[in-house]
Amino acid sequence: MITKRIIPCLDVKNGRVVKGVNFMNLGDVASPVELAKYYSDHGADELVFYDITASAEGRTLFTDILTETAETVFIPLTVGGGINTTADFDRVLKCGADKVSVNSGAIRDPSLVGQAARLYGDQCVVLSVDVKRVDGVFRVFAKGGRENTGMEAIEWIRRCVGEGAGEVVVNSMDTDGVKQGFDLELLEKVCSVVHVPVIASGGAGRIADFITLFQELPGVDAGLAASIFHFGEVRIEDLKKEMQRNGIPARMV
Amino acid sequence: MVAIVDYGVGNLFSLRSSFRAIGEEAEVTADPERIRQADRLILPGVGAFEDAARKLRQSGLDRVLRGEAEKGKPLMGICLGMQMLFERSFEYGEHEGLGFLKGEIRPLAGRIPEKLKIPQMGWNALEIRRESPLLKYTREGDCVYFVHSYSAVGCEDSLLATVEYGAEITACVGKNNIYGCQFHPEKSGSVGLRILRAFCETEAAV
Repeated sequence: MITKRIIPCLDVKNGRVVKGVNFMNLGDVASPVELAKYYSDHGADELVFYDITASAEGRTLFTDILTETAETVFIPLTVGGGINTTADFDRVLKCGADKVSVNSGAIRDPSLVGQAARLYGDQCVVLSVDVKRVDGVFRVFAKGGRENTGMEAIEWIRRCVGEGAGEVVVNSMDTDGVKQGFDLELLEKVCSVVHVPVIASGGAGRIADFITLFQELPGVDAGLAASIFHFGEVRIEDLKKEMQRNGIPARMV
Repeated sequence: MVAIVDYGVGNLFSLRSSFRAIGEEAEVTADPERIRQADRLILPGVGAFEDAARKLRQSGLDRVLRGEAEKGKPLMGICLGMQMLFERSFEYGEHEGLGFLKGEIRPLAGRIPEKLKIPQMGWNALEIRRESPLLKYTREGDCVYFVHSYSAVGCEDSLLATVEYGAEITACVGKNNIYGCQFHPEKSGSVGLRILRAFCETEAAV
């Protein structure tokens, strides 16, 4: 049976992991390569590298780090941040990324998803969406959650999947950082309209939140989180053991 | 030396890196001479069957591969490269494969329950069907990473391992010197690297 995936997300700025990392036995905790290797050795099923660099120098540094990671870590690698054109897809795929995640780039140019899917295949194109309730309606936010696009989120996701997005990362801004669990209401709506893998993001605070996610919503394929893994609040090995104990298929390493 | 056959499909960066990680010299090449000099061959591939099969023929590398395979040189296809080892594929029409292995490629659609997503994307546990040098370091239940919408059927005589995805899906095949993995060993963590290691230790068939 296919397993539910657990995915740590690493925000990288100027070649370093941000969002504080608190690990024992790790030489350089802010090194994306070392952290990626650590997670891969400790049960992560996939990694997301998110480039939050603004400068051109930072971009080059990021692709160097990506290359080095892909040379040492042999699990699927998704890259996001600053993906605006198919040339950006090309740039990160050549450095060893397996999938590329688009967010604001797809909002600016809605044809990007379709173009990239035709060039690299649907399985390569991940739609990432920041969603927040505004007056009771799920809205798509752009630019790292700073700008309300006014677009209705479920329709936006359905449209992008129709264009060729092979996977969707749904990040709930309402639950993000609150650590009280994933946004089940939003995720259920998304699962009901798409038939591609859905990755839940935003809200995980403890192991039980992942168990609830997978038990309540069998349509969700993966759970993504950042700081709870980086700070060691949730160890992936413990999480996997608990998933297995609850009858949720998990890959053990 | 392992030659990773480059016929213009897919990204071979990770494959080459994974061989390097296990200390094997690997070269991405389209040069028939280098392919003939190699001890082992990898036939990679992502994308559509028809396009890949055409590129392989247009490059003339299909004949080079056939020659080397007939000499008994170990050859492993990965993902679409594995599918090309079979007689034919029914991906958008009917297309001829290399025919090194008996069987054909059929869509997952129609064979698995509708609630299951296509492609099968993610980690699934291997069920070993037959002992093989390729799986000498692999244990029952080891998970490997899949991304595919089609799979091999009618390949009982080469079947090495399957996974359960609403139906029994061909994961790994091998007969004499010809091997194939539907999954991506280069993306399957230490389990995948052990399969590549085992491939590098297989003997040529005589």
